[in-house]
Amino acid sequence: MTDTTHMAEAPPARARRGAATAAPAPAASAGPAPGGKPRSQQWTAWGFLAPVVIYLGVFYAYPLYRNIDLSLRDYTVRTFVQGGAPFTGVQNYSDVVQDPTFWPALLHTVIFTGVSLFFQYSIGLALAVFFVRHFPLSSVLRALFLVPWLLPLIVSASTWSWMLSSDSGVVNAALHTVGIGAVNWLTSPSWSLVSVIVANIWIGVPFNLVVLYSGLQTIPASLYEAAALDGANAWQRFWRITFPLLRPVSAITLLLGLVYTLKVFDIIWIMTKGGPGDSSTTLATWSYRLGFGNLLPQFGPGSAVGNLLVLIALVFGLLYVRVQRRQNAS
Amino acid sequence: MNRNTSRRLALASLAVAVILTGASACGGSSGSSAGSSGSAAGTYTVWDPYPQFDAGSDWAKLLNNCGTQAGVTIKRTAFDTSDLTNKTLLAAQQGNSPDVLIVDNPVVSTLAEAGVLTTTDDNKIDTSQVLPNLLGAGQSGGKTYGTPIGANTLALYYNKSILKAAGVDSAGIKDWASLNAALAKVKAAGKKGITFSAIGTEEGSFQFLPWFWGSGAQLTDLASNQAVSAVTLWQNWLKAGYAPNSVINNTQTTSWQEFATGQYAFAENGTWQLANAKKAGFDYGILPIPAMNGGTAAAPTGGEFVTVPVQSDKSRYATSAKLVSCLTSAENLLTTDTTLSYVAPTKAVQDKQVAANPDLAVWVQAVAAAKGRTGDNLGTKYPKISEQLWGAVQAALTGSQSPKDALNAAQAAATK
Repeated sequence: MTDTTHMAEAPPARARRGAATAAPAPAASAGPAPGGKPRSQQWTAWGFLAPVVIYLGVFYAYPLYRNIDLSLRDYTVRTFVQGGAPFTGVQNYSDVVQDPTFWPALLHTVIFTGVSLFFQYSIGLALAVFFVRHFPLSSVLRALFLVPWLLPLIVSASTWSWMLSSDSGVVNAALHTVGIGAVNWLTSPSWSLVSVIVANIWIGVPFNLVVLYSGLQTIPASLYEAAALDGANAWQRFWRITFPLLRPVSAITLLLGLVYTLKVFDIIWIMTKGGPGDSSTTLATWSYRLGFGNLLPQFGPGSAVGNLLVLIALVFGLLYVRVQRRQNAS
Repeated sequence: MNRNTSRRLALASLAVAVILTGASACGGSSGSSAGSSGSAAGTYTVWDPYPQFDAGSDWAKLLNNCGTQAGVTIKRTAFDTSDLTNKTLLAAQQGNSPDVLIVDNPVVSTLAEAGVLTTTDDNKIDTSQVLPNLLGAGQSGGKTYGTPIGANTLALYYNKSILKAAGVDSAGIKDWASLNAALAKVKAAGKKGITFSAIGTEEGSFQFLPWFWGSGAQLTDLASNQAVSAVTLWQNWLKAGYAPNSVINNTQTTSWQEFATGQYAFAENGTWQLANAKKAGFDYGILPIPAMNGGTAAAPTGGEFVTVPVQSDKSRYATSAKLVSCLTSAENLLTTDTTLSYVAPTKAVQDKQVAANPDLAVWVQAVAAAKGRTGDNLGTKYPKISEQLWGAVQAALTGSQSPKDALNAAQAAATK
């Protein structure tokens, strides 16, 4: 693998050096052919770059630009179609922040993301540690834990919403048999956020399990043997060896989990539509509701909320890069 | 050196080839999309919100027949109804609007506001036969932007055997008091009372409006005493256990599924469930929704409008109008509305429908009392009011606010 990349890289580097020194001399006598060399190289370089540049431009830069542009103008349906929406600066952002939905939605987003991440990670890690020891049927059990990950979100969310239904759901039926009264999981403002968080944790555990499990494989067994010889018990082995050595993997797992969880939309939308009231509205569902959930779309505020979400994810991404850099430096 | 050059050449040509194929693929696709909806003579695009009908369905055949009669080929695309508004706005932004657009009636005023639709003055579509209360949803600022293909509305389905067991006579349900009395008897008989949809979307407002209007309230004043009494009616049903708590999260489909279990005496649902009602396996009847003090409450009209979006090439309107009048001709309306389980928008076709199926009489009565959500000159103000209304209903039903407080807050937010 490394050999081939070296081979592929090396010749052009040599050629470039050769061309840079050799080209000027014959250029005077022999016209276009040698003079074209550096230019053709440049074209080659651009040729290689072009697919990536075009791809990034069309699929990332332009949509992002459009989204920012949408959020900085006062779009009505008329100006959306006919053009000429007036530039209003940060008006949409200040409207959004002053909206009575904003602070609850932000709080729900923080709770939803924080609680989901905590449980997804800790349950995922516990399961990963559990499955590291091989025992009969361990791979079958591990495969079973992947089911939530493999199901399409619409299926799992609909199933959860059916299970948690106040009157005909199996959860309330089960509670009833043990003598606990029915809980309005999806229709009570105090439970709806809990319900969507529980569903989201269930969906997110397999991802954490898989990544952390493969992270555990990289920790040399000799360390555990040495620790065992020194008399460390299982608890100490976990906190002194597993956890510290897993830190880089944990960091990337949590960062990816954060980005996935911040933008979770389908589960909440299918289960509660962000309701009742605003009780399970997060920034992601709110953004959708503003842009598409109403007969009269409000593109400006909707994209403003979307951009705020992007910004939050970006802040944590940069934080991660910084921590990573500091770790590499030390 | 020589080998390097040839390799570089090979790589460069490869890269160029990749770019060229990429570019030609782009060019090809954009060319074909322009051709499909714009200039290609003889091909007319139709967008509809009926993805349940595939290419072999009666609806698709009707479209093709109308195309043949007008001497053009039809290219039909079916969208999910919730997708259609944004798809249409985007297409209009790109100058790619379909020639004929069939769209949910409360969206017409939004699209008209966006300047996407032509008026009947421009496209010369004849709407003289259409019942005025149904045409209302497609009118805005004194202009008409299309013609209804059919109408549906809400009424109360009831389970005959449950009412009989509880000793309720359905003919005696004339106002809210008699309905409440009936619900109390059903509950006493150990059955469940009524199911409806109070979800936090347009569906929730759609289902609440018959009670809202039936109380005498107006959409321009959400905080009126009548409005409070309508929300209180629903709230009391939940408190008294006449209606299940799940209504707060019910769509009309899930609400229907509850009724289909055979445990519920009443269900508020639409014309489109008729076919399912026949499959439910129990004897059902249909009542118009009673107003607070008797009589039939005005229910909101549902159903789609056939519209002609604005085109840069104005000469296309003539053929589009031919297509529209073919789709909405008396004979075709009868088949279409039978397939869709809708009530026809013209008196003549309604009479034929009732003659063919006497069950529809109560629906015709309900449609006659119905009114458009965007009517009363509300137009694009309606979506904002509706969002506040469903929010207030949810706040009251979950008990987080009293009906009065919830509606006051809603009115304040809707007029902001």
